[in-house]
Amino acid sequence: MVENRPFAQFMAYLTLALGVVIVAFPVYLAVMASTFDTATIINGNMPLVPGNQADENYTRTLLYGGMHARQPVGGMMLNSMIMALGIAIGKILISILSAFAVVYFKFPFRKTAFWIIFITLMLPVEVRIYPTYKIVADLGLLDTYTGLVMPLIASATGTLLFRQFFMTIPDELLEASKIDGAGAFRFFKDTLLPLSMTTIAALFVIQFIYGWNQYLWPLLITTKSSMQTIVIGIKMMITTTDALTEWNVAMTTAVLAMLPPVLVVIFMQRLFVKGLVETEK
Amino acid sequence: MEKRAHISGWTLPLLLILPQMAITVIFFYWPASQAIWQSFLREDAFGLASEFVGFENYVSLFEQPEYYRAMVTTAIFSSLVAFFSLACALLLATQADKNIRGGQAFKTFLIWPYAVAPAIAGVLWLFMFHPTLGTLSKPIKAIGIDWNPMLNANHAMTLLVLSATWKQISYNFLFFLAGLQAIPKSVIEAAAIDGAGPLRRFWTVIFPLLSPTTFFLLVVNVVYVFFDTFGIIDAVTGGGPAGQTTTLVYKVYADGRLGGDLGGSAAQSVILMIIVIALTAIQFRYVERKVQY
Repeated sequence: MVENRPFAQFMAYLTLALGVVIVAFPVYLAVMASTFDTATIINGNMPLVPGNQADENYTRTLLYGGMHARQPVGGMMLNSMIMALGIAIGKILISILSAFAVVYFKFPFRKTAFWIIFITLMLPVEVRIYPTYKIVADLGLLDTYTGLVMPLIASATGTLLFRQFFMTIPDELLEASKIDGAGAFRFFKDTLLPLSMTTIAALFVIQFIYGWNQYLWPLLITTKSSMQTIVIGIKMMITTTDALTEWNVAMTTAVLAMLPPVLVVIFMQRLFVKGLVETEK
Repeated sequence: MEKRAHISGWTLPLLLILPQMAITVIFFYWPASQAIWQSFLREDAFGLASEFVGFENYVSLFEQPEYYRAMVTTAIFSSLVAFFSLACALLLATQADKNIRGGQAFKTFLIWPYAVAPAIAGVLWLFMFHPTLGTLSKPIKAIGIDWNPMLNANHAMTLLVLSATWKQISYNFLFFLAGLQAIPKSVIEAAAIDGAGPLRRFWTVIFPLLSPTTFFLLVVNVVYVFFDTFGIIDAVTGGGPAGQTTTLVYKVYADGRLGGDLGGSAAQSVILMIIVIALTAIQFRYVERKVQY
């Protein structure tokens, strides 16, 4: 601060506190709603302090699901977890290998290969949904984890991130490792991989959140309710006519759906910020 | 940029790059080229035969009033969300950049909505502003507004803008904060010595220096509203009431799935691809400029 003005300090606190309250309020309401029964919520006078139905709501939602969908939300969370981990791990795996190839080898069509990957930055899933759907259907991958994960792990973000990081590693490390008689595999495993750990972790955090929050793709390719992810599941709970919506179950599900990615952001904040800033470069 | 040292051999690198190439070709290039091809075809009513119709799908698309409406809706939606989320985030970031106690805690409490799925964000706001049971609907009704986002298109749009903005603030906040922290303190101190007050310093020194970040965020936000808000729209309004909150992306989805008009849907996909490529090109031009900074 250039000058010390108590009033400016006070305004800063006030603005930030107000921001935090606005940001938190919708979630606070959802948490409150997950502690009441449907009747209390439906009449529109839900108290802003917790009720006593939390145990029942969470047990019922996790084990049995809503009245209409009857799909245990615990199973949906498992599906979401498999999809998120599959996307995060798959993306890291294929992109670290391709970045290694592009940066450390000279081979025919290297530039072409890089551009083929690079251009995919411009084609989000949303612009090619039906043709992709048809391909996945033709491959017999509807309602499978492979079908959920595969089309989403191919993207240039990871490859670009690793390429950028590999470029900062001094050439001397490769030369030294060559003199020591290490082959490509040894160099990758003993030198590159240990150095890349922070980048891998940062990419993992971002891709886990990305995978967990997927909506359009799982909505298209899952037809069986047993394959539903939790983000899709909650939508199914509120589409029935108003009077039948079990808002307590829906809001309990919303809280459960937010929990894993939000915890990741809060507890791995440093990695999250690193990943977010660097994947956007 | 090139590495000086290389590992010899070229079968190994081809094997290493193969998984990504295979997935990219199968799930990116093949469907994208299918979309382009389909946009020139028309299927008969039974989906048995299809004939080449040239640009007919595009022409009939631009004859649809609904398509223009979706364009206008997308334009309004993106500009409102981009404006409000950038403005709120900038305000919060300038405050958090001040040397205050607990700055880190505020930061943590402001960034976590990034992790909330768009569809969930939509459900949270729908619950809060639900016409009959929403906690915040009552005060709105009390001041005499017949609040009903299910029936009133303006109310529906307001709700969408609120939820999309809420979700995007955290992202913009992080980037603005990083941008502010990168501005050398000496520049600001020099302005202060010249007698510029906090507001003047902000508009004449900080804001211009922040413009690369702002521009970058503007592009990212527009892309966000185009694509990532699909979940919010599907959860809150489903494109309604009467199709009045249907954006371009939502229309691709709705026309292909509900209407079964694959040719028209493919033509829309191709137009969207062109828009994305244009936006990405703009972003990369800017990135190049930043390097020279």
